[in-house]
Amino acid sequence: MNRPILLATTLAALAFPALADEPGPGGSKPPVPKTGEEVYVMMCQSCHMAGGKGAVGAAAFPALANNPRLGTAAYPIYIIEKGKGGMPWFRDTLTPTQVAQVVTYMRTHFGNNFPDPVTPAEVEAMRKP
Amino acid sequence: MESGRQTPTRRQLMRAIGLLGGTAAIYQMMTTFGHAAETRFPGPPNLAGARKGASVVVLGAGLAGMLAAYELEKAGYKVRILEFQDRPGGRNWTLRGGDTYTELGGATQKVTFAKGNYFNPGPWRIPHHHKTLLHYCKAFGVALEPFIQLNHNTYIHNTDAFGGAPQRFRSLKADFEGGVAELLSKAMDQKGLDSPLTSEDLDRLKEALRGWGMLDKDMRYAKNLRSASHRGFDLPPGGGVGGAPQPSDLFPFDEVLKSGVWANMAFFMNEEFQTTMFQPVGGMDMIGKGFAKHVGHLITYNAKVTKLMQGKGGVTVTYTDTAKGVVSTAEADFCVCTIPLTVLSQIETNLSEKKTAAISSVPYSNSVKIGLEMKRRFWEQDYDIYGGHSFTNQEIGLISYPNNKFFDDGPAVLLGAFAGGPGGYRLGGMTPEERIQVALEQGSVFHPDSYRKEFLSGASVAWSRVPWVMGCCARWNEDTRKEHYQELVALEDRIVLAGEHASYLGCWMEGSLLSAIDAITRLHKRALEA
Repeated sequence: MNRPILLATTLAALAFPALADEPGPGGSKPPVPKTGEEVYVMMCQSCHMAGGKGAVGAAAFPALANNPRLGTAAYPIYIIEKGKGGMPWFRDTLTPTQVAQVVTYMRTHFGNNFPDPVTPAEVEAMRKP
Repeated sequence: MESGRQTPTRRQLMRAIGLLGGTAAIYQMMTTFGHAAETRFPGPPNLAGARKGASVVVLGAGLAGMLAAYELEKAGYKVRILEFQDRPGGRNWTLRGGDTYTELGGATQKVTFAKGNYFNPGPWRIPHHHKTLLHYCKAFGVALEPFIQLNHNTYIHNTDAFGGAPQRFRSLKADFEGGVAELLSKAMDQKGLDSPLTSEDLDRLKEALRGWGMLDKDMRYAKNLRSASHRGFDLPPGGGVGGAPQPSDLFPFDEVLKSGVWANMAFFMNEEFQTTMFQPVGGMDMIGKGFAKHVGHLITYNAKVTKLMQGKGGVTVTYTDTAKGVVSTAEADFCVCTIPLTVLSQIETNLSEKKTAAISSVPYSNSVKIGLEMKRRFWEQDYDIYGGHSFTNQEIGLISYPNNKFFDDGPAVLLGAFAGGPGGYRLGGMTPEERIQVALEQGSVFHPDSYRKEFLSGASVAWSRVPWVMGCCARWNEDTRKEHYQELVALEDRIVLAGEHASYLGCWMEGSLLSAIDAITRLHKRALEA
């Protein structure tokens, strides 16, 4: 159970030597989100805001609430897997199951009504090189 | 040593070698002397011969923009700066008592720290080899003081080691080194070391292991005064009748490994994090204010850039005065754009497709910092900790103790979190009140008796929610560097980008300054060719 996490942390440490002013070795064991809602709250809400409202400052974080673009599941999966502009990709951080869970959650909340559940297989298909 | 006439000085020697072998030989010689380059600071830019009346519009009054404006104006250019915020400095920022900060999502925090107390949400420490920054600090009279980067008396906490009990860094480091030295020595005895070393080398290595790992005469790392002199004593040396010291018990080596102390040791060896480090006296924004003293008169505040266009005649920037809602344009011959890529990627421009692709291809990190004001310096008074960091594998990452006003009686502010990655996202998704609660809960592992009891107030900055940057720093990797970096930094006719995102020193003030010097040097050359 712990092994993949430990391995992932170690590999990340090897891949990104701390060239930036970053926290260092702390914070290596954050809680693991287990539902779509938890993934949203723990990973997405810091930018897309509670309720998927989005925000406007010098630029904008798009609202996910009442967003017809979520109608095509491949679109949010693609953005989460590949990133967009200042938004990082999450393919290294989230498992296919977690991505499927959060996309399903966003498509059925915040005023969106796209009830077809998204499967981890759909995410894995996009993750293949 | 006598400086006799016969002995050439090092400089003379290097000159002679240089004449014989060229610069490669000089470099090799300097490396031998331990003088390998630690900095890329070429000195302030030489922008001689600027055409009279040539104009530059600088976008952004962070350090990169203000350095560009300062040097360009000094060289004779007509300069103006457009800034989104109502203050100069950008991410070079300090929050003090009386300050108010509203983040994206609408939450407003009113900082209530005592007079003189502060919290640096962005940059907070300066490596001794960031010479560009040090140069301008000196030039602008910004006083610096030591930043206590490495303190052996702080704690390492790992939920998976020692039943979750934090341990002093010194004891973990000593036991890690002692344990490794003993194991390696045993491997040598069992001929388990497959190595081309000669028997003399191996003898030296054994002596090194004994001396470095504090092994005893039998090459064992054991409970004795030798190991205690590194890891700490049960009863430290005293005076008089009962003055004899008592050694301390060693930790089980498997727990030491689980603590992950090696990662902390490696962190402190990273060149950017080696001592000596500095901080400005009175808060990090003293640097931004130092620059603003010289270029403040050039800045138009509350200017939200909405369009950046260039043509044969020059550059036109469209911006909205966010206080009055009025749209205006600024015209200039050239433009230095330091707008963070998170924002620039959403601004309309007529830059080339390749440049636009580069601007849109760099994700930003997301760190969260939290300042906690405590009624008294219990970490000094009760724990003998003066500056430095205690690390934890919980989301807050670390707590860091103040580097100034040691022994002061009044309230003091410590850094209660420096969270990145998933932990940073979770803290960033919380309300400011929730963040403070998490910081108090997680930080209490280090100081359980005092942390909540002495707490007065807190302030937090989640960088993804900072309205004027919407992220922390540009995160390049090898692939994006290869595909987009040169395209991003290339001068495109009349426009050049600068900032930490246009450097290999991302997230450091030094990176933004070096980028600005390089950008305006190239822009000046272009201007002379015009």
